[in-house]
Parts: sequence; structure tokens; C-alpha cells
Amino acid sequence: MALAFDEYGRPFIILREQESKSRLRGLDAQKANIAAGVAVSRILRTSLGPKGMDKMLQSPDGDITITNDGATILEQMDVDNQIGKLMVELSRSQDYEIGDGTTGVVVMAGSLLEQAEKLLERGIHPIRVAEGFEISSRIAVDHLEKIADKFDFSATDIEPLVQTCMTTLSSKIVNRCKRSLAEIAVKSVMAVADLERKDVNLDLIKVEGKVGGKLEDTELIYGIIVDKDMSHPQMPKQIEDAKIAILTCPFEPPKPKTKHKVDIDTVEKFQTLRKQEQKYFDDMVQKCKDVGATLVICQWGFDDEANHLLMHRNLPAVRWVGGVELELIAIATGGRIVPRFQELTTDKLGKAGLVREKAFGTTKDRMLYIEHCANSKAVTVFIRGGNKMMIEETKRSIHDALCVARNLIRNNSIVYGGGAAEISCSIAVEAAADKYPGVEQYAIRAFADALDSVPMALAENSGLQPIETLSAVKAQQIKENNHCFGIDCNDTGTNDMREQNVFETLIGKQQQILLATQVVKMILKIDDVISPSDY
Amino acid sequence: MAVEKLFKDEATEEKGERARMASFVGAMAIADLVKTTLGPKGMDKILQSTGRGHSVTVTNDGATILKSLHIDNPAAKVLIEISKVQDDEVGDGTTSVVVLAGELLREAEKLVGSKIHPMTIIAGYRMASDCARRALLDRVKDNKDDAEKFRLDLMRIAMTTLSSKILSQDKEHFAKLAVDAVMRLKGSTNLESIQIIKKAGGSLKDSFLDEGFILDKKIGLGQPKRIENANILVANTAMDTDKVKIYGARVRVDSMAKVAQIEGAEKEKMREKVQKIIGHGINCFVNRQLIYNFPEELFADAGILAIEHADFDGIERLGLVTGGEIASTFDNPESVKLGHCKLIEEIMIGEDKLIHFSGVEMGEACTIVLRGASFHVLDEAERSLHDALCVLSQTVNDSRVLLGGGWPEMVMAKAVDELARKTPGKKSHAIEAFSRALIAIPTTIADNAGLDSAELVAQLRAEHHKEDSNAGIDVITGAVGDMSELGISEAFKVKQAVLLSATEAAEMILRVDEIITCAPRRREDRM
Repeated sequence: MALAFDEYGRPFIILREQESKSRLRGLDAQKANIAAGVAVSRILRTSLGPKGMDKMLQSPDGDITITNDGATILEQMDVDNQIGKLMVELSRSQDYEIGDGTTGVVVMAGSLLEQAEKLLERGIHPIRVAEGFEISSRIAVDHLEKIADKFDFSATDIEPLVQTCMTTLSSKIVNRCKRSLAEIAVKSVMAVADLERKDVNLDLIKVEGKVGGKLEDTELIYGIIVDKDMSHPQMPKQIEDAKIAILTCPFEPPKPKTKHKVDIDTVEKFQTLRKQEQKYFDDMVQKCKDVGATLVICQWGFDDEANHLLMHRNLPAVRWVGGVELELIAIATGGRIVPRFQELTTDKLGKAGLVREKAFGTTKDRMLYIEHCANSKAVTVFIRGGNKMMIEETKRSIHDALCVARNLIRNNSIVYGGGAAEISCSIAVEAAADKYPGVEQYAIRAFADALDSVPMALAENSGLQPIETLSAVKAQQIKENNHCFGIDCNDTGTNDMREQNVFETLIGKQQQILLATQVVKMILKIDDVISPSDY
Repeated sequence: MAVEKLFKDEATEEKGERARMASFVGAMAIADLVKTTLGPKGMDKILQSTGRGHSVTVTNDGATILKSLHIDNPAAKVLIEISKVQDDEVGDGTTSVVVLAGELLREAEKLVGSKIHPMTIIAGYRMASDCARRALLDRVKDNKDDAEKFRLDLMRIAMTTLSSKILSQDKEHFAKLAVDAVMRLKGSTNLESIQIIKKAGGSLKDSFLDEGFILDKKIGLGQPKRIENANILVANTAMDTDKVKIYGARVRVDSMAKVAQIEGAEKEKMREKVQKIIGHGINCFVNRQLIYNFPEELFADAGILAIEHADFDGIERLGLVTGGEIASTFDNPESVKLGHCKLIEEIMIGEDKLIHFSGVEMGEACTIVLRGASFHVLDEAERSLHDALCVLSQTVNDSRVLLGGGWPEMVMAKAVDELARKTPGKKSHAIEAFSRALIAIPTTIADNAGLDSAELVAQLRAEHHKEDSNAGIDVITGAVGDMSELGISEAFKVKQAVLLSATEAAEMILRVDEIITCAPRRREDRM
């Protein structure tokens, strides 16, 4: 009861309206929180690995998403529980930072929470548990550093990168053509990568999807695709050696920002105004023509008259192009975005070898391809697929693959997948536990157990005997002192992940362990949950 | 300790077996719904909208039926989506794709029941669909180089497509219409240049293809009703009051006299504009926007036919057929391309007057006039014709052709069966199931025609055991017949799309082991 007495003995209430608030304290609060966290991670557990299943999510508006990407599932799940929301945040931050392993991080956090609950029941103070986890996470991260392999790739030899991206894609629905998609992802990252600075700007890769066709038709285009068509139906559909004027001003008479009125009170004024207006249109089109543009791309719309004038002077134009696309076009073609007609000059025009309009299917869908650009730094991945959900899921998968490729360019260390890295860490943590005196030792052992849960889930999802398989692999790792043994999910007959070419990035794995530990620490520290009553 | 509440109110979660069951049941319900419309003897459905007027549609087009359904089951929505995409991509086979996906899931349910993991089933389905596709590729015919045979192929495809629709009575007539119309497109898939005008009255047989162009408009009063060797200006310009577009302009006067002056100036401006238009040397003017009385009168005086308010597609098509450009400014008459045609006249179809442009220069566009007893018939006829046109335009680009009448399914099933025998492991069950699902399509066709499907399909299977058999179900005689003799063909592109999208959709649904439904967004009460 949050009731206190003042110096005169009169009671006063610290926390108002007790009865209409739900409140949990102490061990109950911790247990409830842990249960909520575990429940969220249970949902994701079956999505882990190449044989993981998908989830179907129906949004409040009735739209369907089918995915096995952890971040997407959690984001759309409509979670109400506060701790559940923390887990959602967790996978989101993994998504932002690394882009892959969003499922793994939640599963990891869930199993840490499960282990923590056991320790709490033994009466160990939550803060001590949290500290033990912290120590072990450091051990695990250092160990990962030790077992990480460097691998070499260059602009010409991209095979290792492709292999790593394939590991990421193999757990998605697109694994049917993971080879070609992985190649597309790696090639597009290589196209925009700055290998000297080891940096990749993923904004330069546009992922565009169009329903129809088959997944195998997905292609990489060294250029930009815009979901727009020419403003006038009779403009040419194909332009070679295009010089592109990129405008952010409308083909309309200027609209001054200050409020003003033009009063017409005589016939003469009416006529001058009319002439003025015609001149505006004429000037604008003439200006574009004068600087030698052969294609106008405009962020705004134009008037019918301007449209016809453009058509008339043989100057094809595209209207209503979005800001982001406009920027990409500017980057790709090496042009400058021009905000006013007066500033249009020849050297601000973008250049592209080929601009063409392409029609799809039986409906009126057309898209504009801008190819052979002066600066080929911007690329587009154009996805085709049987239905809208497929396209969306492919987009997410490609995004994951792109992130993995980018991480590898930033840091070319890898660890072995299929649970091999986790098992190896688990062994290392277990061994280190004995060196720590005090209660932390228990927490460190629990951490080692929790690390086992990822390979365990992998084995479960692949239909193997989880305990048997895990113990066999673990024994094999210790016996042969080789950290490459993992769970053989695809039933290929070997446990050696090096042979199976299953890699994951070092930073991705490290991040997973660190993030999961952090969230668990945070949850363990909560001992009082106060939620306002429903009103 | 159980978690009391993880999700928001009303959000539901279904796991494992139950989730799978929910999606199987939903998908199969949808497949069963459209199943009876499959094949030449398939039945139609009446759809009544819940909107105002409770308008009624009668159709057997799978995509149309599914589009109008209100579905809550998420798996069912996936099937509706693939049918929509099939409609957009190839235009036909919208029912088959749903039926096939439904059958695949039905088979998968049995396999899951006998403890085979969904991922194994998916792996098997993938191998099977690959193998089926290759089997089809081996047997395609391509008559691209032989124009006459190619045309025959197109006719056959059109007839096969139309035979399951309301137009089946006059399928030869309509197949010819469709083939003629598509051949005029010269390889483009832009069906917009084929205009379909529906006029109630007469019988379906009275429908015809017009080589010229028909505009559903009336000619202005007092203007010539017939023009020979017309020069046409197609325009998109304001012919009411030409507004001044400079921002903030307004008229402010202090006396009535000045109002009159400005009005005069405005009129003068319009007169000038009309003069400029006339200066192009035209005798027909078609505008997308309204033409007010005053300019219309001026045009009438000059003996020019002025047509107002033609819609956007209308003028685009008109531009396409007559070869003119769509103009909005009229200052340089020498450089504007005018459209030409031999004859413009007013014609009567039924009770309505229409404007007919004949002898046009560019023959790319054309008009099909559909006649029929009621609007429902016309609507359905339009959908059927649209299906046929879509298939044909796709076939022109990809000229590979297969036989119809359940022949492709049997060929695929045979190849898939052989693969099943060769494949070791649990996958072979799934591959076998795939071939059973394929056979379900001819079975359904036979069932719908009231034939003994078990007997027929068994006969068919025996026939197909021979090499290079052309056997399929002849629904008319109710026996197994030679499809190439009967002239029943289908486009390869359609079959391939059916196979791939159905497998993809089945795979997608199979992979799901949990369904999370968010609480529906609450709508404000509109009352």
C-alpha cells in the first residue's frame, strides 16, 4: 500500500487511486516480465533457420503479410505488453544496426530470460544475475573474435560474399533461387560500394517490385526504374543518349509566396496578362530546349498547355516524380537538381545512355527505365513474383542480403553458422565459469546454457532430435577442437559448416549477443510494474 | 506463470496445427467455390453487391468472382491475390490457378496428416513443378514462322478460351473478332487501343469489329453530319472560359460598362483561339474538355464538326488511329500534326447515335461493338472478350502453344509421376501428391460437364501412357478425343503462369505455422 502518515498521524495517499491501477511488485513483477519476454520469443522460435516456418499476420485493415523476418513479425504483431514492446525494440535495433539476425536475437534473449527465472527461484538477486550475464557476454564476444576467420574477396572475386548472402537467404521463402538473388545482392552492393573507405551507402540501391512474372525474372539494373510514364501519350518511348533536366519547379506561372492580388480592371490589362502567361510557358520550354535537354524530369505536374508545348518541341517529359527518386536519378545521371528555370545550364544536365518505357502485363502498367547512366553508382533491384505478399517478402529478404554484404565489406570477419558459433561460445563460457568465485558463477553457467538454445531451436525446426544432436555436435567440437561443427539442418551429411559454406558475419553475431544481454539486464532490473487502469 | 495479455484486445493468435488447419480450410473453401465454373460446361455465379442498388453481376470469370468476395480468412486472401495477378498478367486461367492451388493444399493436408513435415512437402512440390514445366516445354508447338498456321493457332486458343464463357454459342464469330483485333495491334500488348462499346439490343451475333473508330458522342447541332476526307485536330484545351492562370489574378471593376468591355475582350480572346484552330485547315475538332455554346457556334459557322468532352482514353485512341497529335496550344499551325480519315459520319446502333471515323491512316486501333439482350449479358460478354484478347495478345508475343482439354495436365502428371518413382526419400510422396493435384483439373472439367470423371480420367491416363499422345477430354461427346484434331489449344504462357503461381501460393501457405490477427480497426459510426 502506498499509504503514508504525516507527522500528525493523518494518512495520505502517495499513489492515487490504487484500486484502478494494476500493480505488480517484487518477484511477481520479475516473473511476469520474464514470462512475457519468453512468450514473445516462443513465437519467433519456430522461424529460425533454413527449415523455419513463416507467420501470417493480418493487419487491422485486413492486409496480409507472410514473413519469417523477426523484425517484421514483431513490428506488425500489435503487442500490448510493455515487456513485449521491449523485445520488439530489440529486434528493431538489430535490424537497423545489422539488418540480419533479427530472429536470432529475440530467441537468444528469450532463452536468457528462461535461465534467469531459474536463478531467481533459487533466491539469487537479479542484479547479480545481470552482472553474471554481462561478464559472460564479454567472454563470448571475445571468444567470437578469436574464432573468427578472415576471408578475402575483391571486386573480381565475389564468390565468398555470395556464399554468405546465400546463408541469409536460405531461411526465406525465396530460397528456391537463392543463388541468383544472392548474386544480385552482392553485385548491387559491389556497384555502390566504396571499397577504399569500406563503406556502402545502401540508399543508392533501390529495390522496386512489380507483381507478375516469376521470381527467376528478378533482375539487377544498372540504372534507375521509376514507376511513371511519359506525360503525353505521344511522346517517344525510347530516348538514346538522353540529356536530362531534373527540375523541382512546376511548369506553371510562378506563384509568389507572399499574398498578392493582380487586379484586372481594363481590357488592356486583361490582354497583357494573357500575353504574359503565354510567354511564361514559352520561356520555360524554350529554356529547357536551349540548354540542350532531351528529357525533362519534373517533381511537379504541368499544365495541359505546357505539356503540349513540350510535346510539340519534341521534348519528352515525366511528371510527378517523387523526391527520393529524383535524388537517385540525379546521382545516377550525374545531373544537378534545378529548383528554378533561370538556373538551368548545360552542365547541370544528367546523362543517360538509354531511357525507355516498358509495359507490363495486360493492364496499363508502365515503368521508365533509365540505364547506362553517366555515373553508374546507383542501381535498382527489380523484383518480380507471383503475388504481392511474395514481392514484399522478397524485398525484405533482399534487404537482409544487402545488409549482410555491406557488413562484410565493412568488416570481412566471419564466423560459422548453423549454430556452430553459439556452441563454441557456450563451451568457452562454460569453461570460464569456474574461474569466477561467487554467485556470478551460476549466472555464467546459465548463460552458457542459454547459448545452446539457438542450435537447439535450429535442430528442432529441422526435425532432428534436439538434445541428441546438440550433445553430439558439442562433443565433436571439444574432441576435435574445431569450432566449425554445427547443426546439419539441410541433411547434407556433414556437420562441418566450412564444407557446407554456411557463414555469418562476425559483427552480426557479436551484436546479437550484446543486444540480447542488454535487454535481459534491463528486464531483470524491473521490480515494479505500474500500469494505468483502462478507461 | 502464464502471461495474461500479450496482445491488444481482440487480437488473436493461432498456432501450429490449428493455424495450418485454418489456412487449409480457408483455401479449400475458396477453391471449391470457383471449382464449378471451370471448363466449357462450368456454371455461372450471381454476385449481388451490398452497396447501393444491390447491383447484380452474372459471371463465370474466376477473378471477377473472387474480387467481389469479402473474405476474412488470411489464406483465402492469398488465393484471391494470385487470381488477381493472373488476371493482370495473362488475363485468363484465373479459375484454374485457384483450383490448382486449392488441390495442392488439399493433398498437402493429407501428407501433413501422415506426419510429413511441411518443408519436405514444399521441397517435393518445387521439384515437381520444375519437372512439370520442363515436360510442357518439351511438348510445345511454335508456329511463329508460318503466318497461316499461327493464325489458326490463335483462332483455336480464342475459341478454347471463349468456349467456357457466355459467348460459347457464337465462339467462332467472336474468336474471329478477337483475332482480327489483336492482329491489328502488331505485337503490342496495349489493349487500350481496342475499344469495346456495349449497346443493349440485338443479339450477340450482331456484334461486329469496326476497322475504323467509333466515338460514343453526338455531333453538335447545325454542324455537318458527314465529312469526307476529314482533317482532324485532336485537342485537350479549355474551350469554356479560358482562365488566366497567373496566381492571384482577379477582376475588379467599378462600373458596368467595364464589365461589358472585359466580357467583350474575353469573347474576343475565344474568337481568336477558335480562329487559330480553324487556321489549321481542319474540318473536324475533337476536344477532351467541354466546348461552350459560343465557340461551338463559331465552329458551326465555319462548317467544322466540333466534338466535345471525349474522355481521355477516347482522344488517346483517336490520336492513335488518325495519326494526329493531341494539341493544347494553337500558335504554330504548320507544325501540329493533324489526323486524317476518309469519312466521318453519324451512324445509328440500336437507338443511339454514334460518330464513326472510317478509312483511318494508322490501323492500330479498332472498335468492337457488342450487342446483346441485357446489360448483364453485355458485361459478361465484355469480360469474356477481354480474357480472349489478353490471351491472344500475350500469345502474339510468346507464340508457344499447347493442346487443351486437360492435355497439359496429363502430360505434366505423367512426367511428375516418373520423377516420383526416381526420387528417394519422403519427398517422393509430395511429388506424387503434386501429380494427383494436377489430375484434379481434368477431373473437375469432366465432373462439371456431368461426365463420369473417374472413368474418363482413367482412360485418359491409359492413352497418355503411349508416347506423344494427343488425348484430352472432349466434353461435347463425353469421351476421350484427339485434341489436335478437335482444335482445342491453349497458350503456353497461361499454363506456365498457372503452374508457377499456384505452386508459389501453396508453398507460401504451407510455410505458415502461426497466424496473428490484429484487432480490426474500428470505424466511426457513419450514422
